[in-house]
Amino acid sequence: MTLTTEATETTVATKKRTGVLPTTGAPLARPAAAAHLSDEQVHQLGAELDAIRDEVIAQRGASDAAYIRRVIKIARGLDVGGRIALVFSKTKFGWAAGTGAIALSKVLENMEIGHNVLHGQWDWMRDPDIHSTTWEWDFVAPARGWQHTHNDIHHTWTNVLGKDRDVGYNILRVSEDQPWKPRDVFNPVVNAFLAPLFEWGIASYDLEWDMVAAGLKSKEDFNSDLAALKKKAIRQVAKDYVATPAAGILVGNSFKRGLAGTVAANMIRNVWAHAVIFCGHFPDGVDVFTEDMIDGETRGDWYIRQMLGSANLSGPKVFHILTGNLSHQIEHHCFPDLPSNRYIEVAPKLRAVCRKYDLPYTTGPLPKQLFQTWKKICQLALPDENKWETVKAVYSPNKATRRRAKAALQAGRPIPSA
Amino acid sequence: MGLKSAALRAASVFTHPAHPHDFLALVNPLSSARQLRGVVTAVRPETPQSTTIAFRAGDGWSPHDAGQWARIGVEIDGVRQWRSYSLSAPAGGDPEITVTACGKVSAHLAHETRVGDIFFLAPPQGEFLLPTGPRPLLMLTGGSGITPVMSMVRTLLPKRADADVVLIHSAHDRESSLFGDELAALATQHDGFHVVHRYTADDGRIDFSTTHDIDALCPDWRSRKTYVCGPSAMLDDAEKLWADANLPDSLTVERFETAKLAQVSGNGGTVIFEKSDREVVADASTPLLEVGEDAGVLMPSGCRMGICRTCLTPLLSGRVRDLRTGEINETEGDLIQTCISAAAGNCHLDI
Repeated sequence: MTLTTEATETTVATKKRTGVLPTTGAPLARPAAAAHLSDEQVHQLGAELDAIRDEVIAQRGASDAAYIRRVIKIARGLDVGGRIALVFSKTKFGWAAGTGAIALSKVLENMEIGHNVLHGQWDWMRDPDIHSTTWEWDFVAPARGWQHTHNDIHHTWTNVLGKDRDVGYNILRVSEDQPWKPRDVFNPVVNAFLAPLFEWGIASYDLEWDMVAAGLKSKEDFNSDLAALKKKAIRQVAKDYVATPAAGILVGNSFKRGLAGTVAANMIRNVWAHAVIFCGHFPDGVDVFTEDMIDGETRGDWYIRQMLGSANLSGPKVFHILTGNLSHQIEHHCFPDLPSNRYIEVAPKLRAVCRKYDLPYTTGPLPKQLFQTWKKICQLALPDENKWETVKAVYSPNKATRRRAKAALQAGRPIPSA
Repeated sequence: MGLKSAALRAASVFTHPAHPHDFLALVNPLSSARQLRGVVTAVRPETPQSTTIAFRAGDGWSPHDAGQWARIGVEIDGVRQWRSYSLSAPAGGDPEITVTACGKVSAHLAHETRVGDIFFLAPPQGEFLLPTGPRPLLMLTGGSGITPVMSMVRTLLPKRADADVVLIHSAHDRESSLFGDELAALATQHDGFHVVHRYTADDGRIDFSTTHDIDALCPDWRSRKTYVCGPSAMLDDAEKLWADANLPDSLTVERFETAKLAQVSGNGGTVIFEKSDREVVADASTPLLEVGEDAGVLMPSGCRMGICRTCLTPLLSGRVRDLRTGEINETEGDLIQTCISAAAGNCHLDI
């Protein structure tokens, strides 16, 4: 697939599209993987997916409510228990158990609870304690800002180049269809740093610095988002990196011991969340889309884009819960507001629809998908053609060579030989 | 309180962004940062269709006055449902409600409630209250309309030996009549308390459209401070009768429901709930409160009948219709009562 450079520039997805897409019609273009489908088939597919969704909505009830409350109880229990063990124990085992429990609590709280509650998956219960408008998560990025970049932009424009800013989060090159830039040589390094610092990366990403620079986000909005982040970050740091380690001093433990525990717990959660999330959209077999594919997009096409643009992870039930059911990324993207515990039963139905319409359904175990993701990030660090010559030219010690090479890159011309 | 709130503040350093109450809820089911709760302490069947439920409320509840009501939330199929019920227990004591099964929520409460269940609550409110000074009283009640009056009787009689109260209670038949035994016992103990039962299956309804029936049942009704609670038709007739007798001030009315327009003309429209980021198509007769609740929006609500104004929500733009009067409102920025307003075209609410 070749793309013009205009289509791949980072932009604008501030104007919100209404959730009600037409059920009939056709976009200007369909993705290659769905090009064999007729308008009628796409319409039919849309109706079948709507029916799957309606079925879950008709069934959801007391047992789902009991499920999310149980997970919340477990996460909070682990948090209290973990902090007590970390702070008051004197043994290495106590330290490890405490650190592990806090990490596990954060994984559950951020992924199976926070992410999904903030999607409004549990709003139907009308419980103000478990609601998308009231929940705040144990993660530095303030929930409201994240809801904007994630729910409004990423989920609406999934994998549409130039619209979905989650494609590489502005700092990584994750698709051949994003033109190579000199900074992309650092792709693997950036990703290696991003993983353990993921929550800070997301917090910074949600501020949308680039949108401010491009004049698409007002300075006032940026400042108010920044103030909200500062306030939240201070409290998160105070809890994990000051108060919790300091409490250990009461029983004669060192501050460093507690700090090491909370730093480790946050890092474990960061690395885990980063791995799961990157496996959702970046492994092999996942498509990216152009803006002419969403011009005139119908409900069926929207579903197809979500399916082609996402990848699942396979594993046992407990694994799914630990990924916040983002292991069911395809189901989540088709039905972002269905309760996450239901994705596991929706998955075979969706897979059958994909088989019926001869559409790919990308899934695999975590190590395989993660390997592919890293491989891609490493490969894309280099330009697609004239790899070493280009890198050598843009990082040449000679200023004139560098300038000429960058100008050629920008204009899409071949790199002049040095 | 100072010490407790200081301790909670200190604890919140460790619980952020959750509240310490959220963690206390692990051991205390009444603990919540956002929502007042109560635990059911007793369930007593009154009639085949009615049940009295006693509960103990958590921190934040204020003791009720006789005649007041409270909003009670219960979960049915995982979804929280709110209704308002008069408190039938004497003032100040642990609250009780007496629920007669007549809809989904009341049937659930009357038949499915068990000791230990959790209720979600809002503090008591209401202006259906006993007079401040001693006065002869007349209570006119129909069906479950006796519940707030029962609280008044239970509060007043033990405290005031000189109480002079006539209670005329209508019910379909003896079996479905609430509090029969207790009323009989109270009438024996207190000389100033007279109870008249009317079983409408046998004797028909009391006719409040003329003074004939009331003259026969309580000849000195004009000199009594009167409270009336029951079906809408009874309340409407009583209001008219007392107005015609030039005694509107001596009548206090408690309504359980408002008469909404039977026929709504025109179309509904698309309703956008701005802050909650929801967009739904609504018809012309469903209150916006219900439209929002069904879409999972956390709508503020109270009496659900256009009285208490708890549900006030700013109308950003568009047209809404008052379901009681049919009046159209399209004033941008106006606070509308969502419980009695429906879409009269597209509208945009700031919630």
